[in-house]
Amino acid sequence: MANFAQAIRMALHYGEEHLGLKDIFGQDVGPPLGGVFTATQGLKTTWNTPLDERGIIGMAMGLALAKSRCVAEIQFCDYIFNTIDLLKIVGNTCWASYGQFSMPMTVMTPVGSGIRGSIYHSHSFDAWATRLPGWKIVMPSNPLDAYGLMLAALKEPNPVLYLKPKALLRVRGEELIPGEPSDEKELRSMIDAPLGDRSKWKPRWPKLEEYIVPIGSGKIVREGDQATVVSYGRLLPVCKQAADQLGSEGHNVEVVDMRSLYPYDWQMIKKSIQKTRRVIFVAEDTEVTSFGEHLSRRTMEELFYELDARPRVLAGKNLPGIGLNPVLEEATVPQLENVLHEIRELVAEVP
Amino acid sequence: MGFDITRTHYYSSPMAPPTKIPLIKIHDLMVKTRLLEERLIKIYKSGEGFFWIGGPGQEAFDVPLGLQIKKGEGLNFDWLHLHYRSTPVVVAMGLEMIDGVRMMKNVASDTSSHGRNFCNHYAISKWNVAPISSPIEVQYSMAMGTAWAQKREKSKGITIVTGGDAGTAEGDFASCLIWASRPGRELPMLILVEDNHWGISTPFEGQHGEKNIADRAKAFGIKTNIVDGNDVVKSWEAIEEALDYVRTERKPFFLQASVSRLYGHSSASGANFVKEEKDCLPIFEAKLLKEKILTKEQIASVYEKYNKESMEALDQARSEPAPTAESIWDFVYADNENADWKKF
Repeated sequence: MANFAQAIRMALHYGEEHLGLKDIFGQDVGPPLGGVFTATQGLKTTWNTPLDERGIIGMAMGLALAKSRCVAEIQFCDYIFNTIDLLKIVGNTCWASYGQFSMPMTVMTPVGSGIRGSIYHSHSFDAWATRLPGWKIVMPSNPLDAYGLMLAALKEPNPVLYLKPKALLRVRGEELIPGEPSDEKELRSMIDAPLGDRSKWKPRWPKLEEYIVPIGSGKIVREGDQATVVSYGRLLPVCKQAADQLGSEGHNVEVVDMRSLYPYDWQMIKKSIQKTRRVIFVAEDTEVTSFGEHLSRRTMEELFYELDARPRVLAGKNLPGIGLNPVLEEATVPQLENVLHEIRELVAEVP
Repeated sequence: MGFDITRTHYYSSPMAPPTKIPLIKIHDLMVKTRLLEERLIKIYKSGEGFFWIGGPGQEAFDVPLGLQIKKGEGLNFDWLHLHYRSTPVVVAMGLEMIDGVRMMKNVASDTSSHGRNFCNHYAISKWNVAPISSPIEVQYSMAMGTAWAQKREKSKGITIVTGGDAGTAEGDFASCLIWASRPGRELPMLILVEDNHWGISTPFEGQHGEKNIADRAKAFGIKTNIVDGNDVVKSWEAIEEALDYVRTERKPFFLQASVSRLYGHSSASGANFVKEEKDCLPIFEAKLLKEKILTKEQIASVYEKYNKESMEALDQARSEPAPTAESIWDFVYADNENADWKKF
């Protein structure tokens, strides 16, 4: 099975071949490195940029205005903050020009903790991202969705912010990407750049097929009827693991992978909450004015009288950073034991 | 026989080689954009509009620029990344007074923004005029993208970006110089700075150590020039030379023009005429009279024509409806896809 980074790479290759993708760029995105997480190795339209995040976003904006399909990368979302006003302009360009100029561009950036990344390689961006109206925000949690959401992004007439959970980028999937060889060693030999001199290396791409995860569609990854856990990105597998573990304790917990944060699959979330009557929203970004708070508010406003327990939000501590020492990181960002604890409390609450 | 305002004239030193500069047409458009701006200011001052900001004082440079644009939609035409003082450029390209007045009156018929944006923040897709936004200098980094697309596709168009001198302190200006001059990937861009010497109330000298902004472009190996932007002929010739270089060499050219700011920063600073600033329009008219290219009567008739047109435009815009409350959700996304979370 492909890992997350390979899935993105294959999606971008598919985009180059079939979806008119003409530029993939960012710092160290082109050869020889092909991205610090190898997500852009071997692609024919990649190129390296100056170390200039505003330039990278500005370049993407101009290409989008010219209707030239591109994917721009900000190497870590921790370094996207100095582009925030440009991201705002991206989001308002179609609206401000009353539909004259759409912005078909994708910005991808690794997010979140889990690699001992200290203060400036552990940030999340989902809460910030969802405060950028006009964008579509996606955050896959597995390689197949990473592939399908990238293809969806490359077909979008609107700007898409594609958040890559960096701790998952080496994680292999459980489902084959259409066209992917079933032997992962064979895939590696085909599309992973060799160590050392890569100047003569060329990838051999598998015959990939189109697979779209529609933006705005969630997925129920585990069915249950006692509580609903809504998550996305890096913490989705943690939530799934927690639900599986609680299954052995006799708790039947449903897990919803949002996949898209905006627009989001409220109908799926709502239906699940109406079934289980209990819900918790789990994400990494800092908890105050987080996206989980919005979902919690909507749950309260629309489903209050159908609930058997107060909705919960489990998110990162509201701190200015994530410390390097594992003790500090694990005390800051929700861990498996925190998710287990919160779900146990949720299912145990007596109305 | 009526006066042919489109005929070309040989104007400059009698000894200089003749250059075709449509002086009468330039004058006509300079008056048109000036009177449009003065009408917008009156609309603000009479309480019929909310905010004015614009470009009176930039006509002698901007009208020659607008007339030399390869106008159209798509990469084979010029892309323009303008700012909110660029009204003379778009007027020279063909913007009608009613378009400017509608934007000032924020009525639904405003074709740039449907009543959403400030006056003179134009967005004109049919002419590759990228949406003008209020943040200073962001257009310099966005312009790199259209220029790169034009270079990659080997198209015939080029990219033109302009902004003020104060905004060159922003990082996007430095980004533009760096990205436009990458070895082997030089961008076909005309990079302009229209130097009015002010950043709202702050003069240039106290904030900038460089003698000329153009010196910064020189450091990147970019060909540069500095021109008196209050002189129509010098401006035309400098723009013509710069455009020719970019179109032919497919490399960046940096042109700095000194211009005036005749009504202050915006309505926030009063929007009153600043007598101390050099006014390009009477300077140009004195030359036209001296060279017997126009008579006083002919000049007066131009003012009369556009005064009348500006009043008619105001009357027209007054009669047009405001955008509806429901329209706030229009075009958050392309194709008017729903963006209201309450309907997800």
